Amino acid sequence: MTDAAADRVADSPALSTSRGRLIGILIPTAWLLLFFAIPFLFVIKISLSEAAYSVPPVSDFLIWQDGWPVLQATWANFALILDDPLYLQALLGSLRIAAISTLLTLLIGYPMAYAIARAEPGMRTPLLLLVILPFWTSFLIRVYAWSTLLQDQGMINSALMWLGVIDDPMRMLNTEFAVQLGIVYSYLPFMILPLYATLERLDGSLLEAAADLGARPATTFWRVTLPLSLPGMAAGCLLVFIPAAGEFVIPELLGGPDTLMIGKIMWQEFFNNRDWPVASALATILLLLLIVPILLLDRTQSRAEQG
Amino acid sequence: MRRGSFLTLCLWAGFAFLYLPILVLIVYSFNASRLVAVWGGWSVKWYGELFRDPQVLGAASMSLQIAAISATVAVVIGGLAGYALSRFGRFRGRTGFSTMLTAPLVMPEVITGLSLLMLFIAMEQIVGWPAGRGMTTVIIAHITFAAAYVAVVVRSRVAGLDRALEEAAMDLGARPFTVLRRITLPMLMPGLLSGWLLAFTLSLDDLVIASFVTGPGATTLPMLIFSKVRLGVSPDINALATLIVAVVASGVLLSGWIMLRTERRHARQVRAAFRREGAMDGN
Repeated sequence: MTDAAADRVADSPALSTSRGRLIGILIPTAWLLLFFAIPFLFVIKISLSEAAYSVPPVSDFLIWQDGWPVLQATWANFALILDDPLYLQALLGSLRIAAISTLLTLLIGYPMAYAIARAEPGMRTPLLLLVILPFWTSFLIRVYAWSTLLQDQGMINSALMWLGVIDDPMRMLNTEFAVQLGIVYSYLPFMILPLYATLERLDGSLLEAAADLGARPATTFWRVTLPLSLPGMAAGCLLVFIPAAGEFVIPELLGGPDTLMIGKIMWQEFFNNRDWPVASALATILLLLLIVPILLLDRTQSRAEQG
Repeated sequence: MRRGSFLTLCLWAGFAFLYLPILVLIVYSFNASRLVAVWGGWSVKWYGELFRDPQVLGAASMSLQIAAISATVAVVIGGLAGYALSRFGRFRGRTGFSTMLTAPLVMPEVITGLSLLMLFIAMEQIVGWPAGRGMTTVIIAHITFAAAYVAVVVRSRVAGLDRALEEAAMDLGARPFTVLRRITLPMLMPGLLSGWLLAFTLSLDDLVIASFVTGPGATTLPMLIFSKVRLGVSPDINALATLIVAVVASGVLLSGWIMLRTERRHARQVRAAFRREGAMDGN
């Protein structure tokens, strides 16, 4: 058998002839480079440009002077953002709200994932399906549903008043609490799925060994189960934190005027003020803040695949 | 078993949390009163209003077309990417490849939407295409993030496949393309189907990215819902939400049923093939 033939048999066939491999890698790479990676360069370019009354509303990046190209880059947009407490508050606020919501999602998601992983094998798939199903129905509509529930005359206030817990309606809609609730609600499946994946693979004999050696269930949980589920916790937290930090729909529909989140501010700069350079600069800063978490997520995923 | 019952309680409380808002929406879509606080008796008038609203019908048809086209292309691109990640082992640029597939899953939509718009504007200036923005640009944007989701689904599906079947077909002299068509694709079909459905619903659901990259004349359903919701409570949105939930839930259940059936049939065929082989060995 020639080397090439041996390779062909050892490797998987069909798409893995050298031409097949090339197609399988090249098409997705070309698409993602063009429509996902390269666009960031244009955002950075606009963030270094000046706003102008034109279509599109930015000045030219390169101008020609006496036959020579002159770069018209400016740091003014970044300087403006770093100078204005409003933008800084929005940036820090987004990170804080996303962090708190991620923690809450973990606290709610962990027992659920653990319960599903410990359920009868035949019950696990239906239970998982119940977790995923809401994710398949419109996100926008589910967030809107909470805005009806949380209103002053909404169901939650009516129920609490009927029970006599409160006398007057509690203000819940348009608060930071509502935003956190919305994030926990929308991103819960993203926390449960990776947690379930690690908990389900947990080696039962380790737990038995711990019990045999006299560890109480609580000790076994803290010393064995929890440390072993750390990769799932990391993946789940990153899957919630990263998109939540740039969330627009949830703060827009559930938050109030004082709930500052960077996604909402960026949207307003872009659509209401038509200030493309500042919106681009905000996007660039958010992207820079999120690069490390995104790379971490990629690492945890490739490690989970090897392990 | 105190811990067991505590866990069960957490699980069902969690499910109540996940499903309560959806149930409330469905009930209120049949409320005759315009006010949320008032129960005005059962009525289907909001559904009637919905179907008489040309704006809603137009946006719905626009969204369905965009979702169908972008899901189909996303399955091809994401399917190739998922297969490559699962089967091609180490190749040059693999790390960058996998990062480019992970990042769209979590990238805040405001960033993705803004950067795609900047790209489209620059492309129009440089190469003259796409001319203006509208359905085409929304479709391209949706393909991009949906392909990343399809890749996740297909990748896990490929990892669970038995390589031996493809290898056996190769050993028996089947050409690579025949193996792809007769063995690999049929085995991947459930993964591709659920990837397509996921891409379809993600596209149908997207507000933020579409708002950035769309143009005049291309209003999608989420954009219409958003503008109505912003203006205050509009009961016809409850009716629309109920319809979407009903369609999605039946789609998911139907595809689950089809997948279960194909898998069972496949298992039966494999068993039958082994029996035949056993009988031949006996002769």
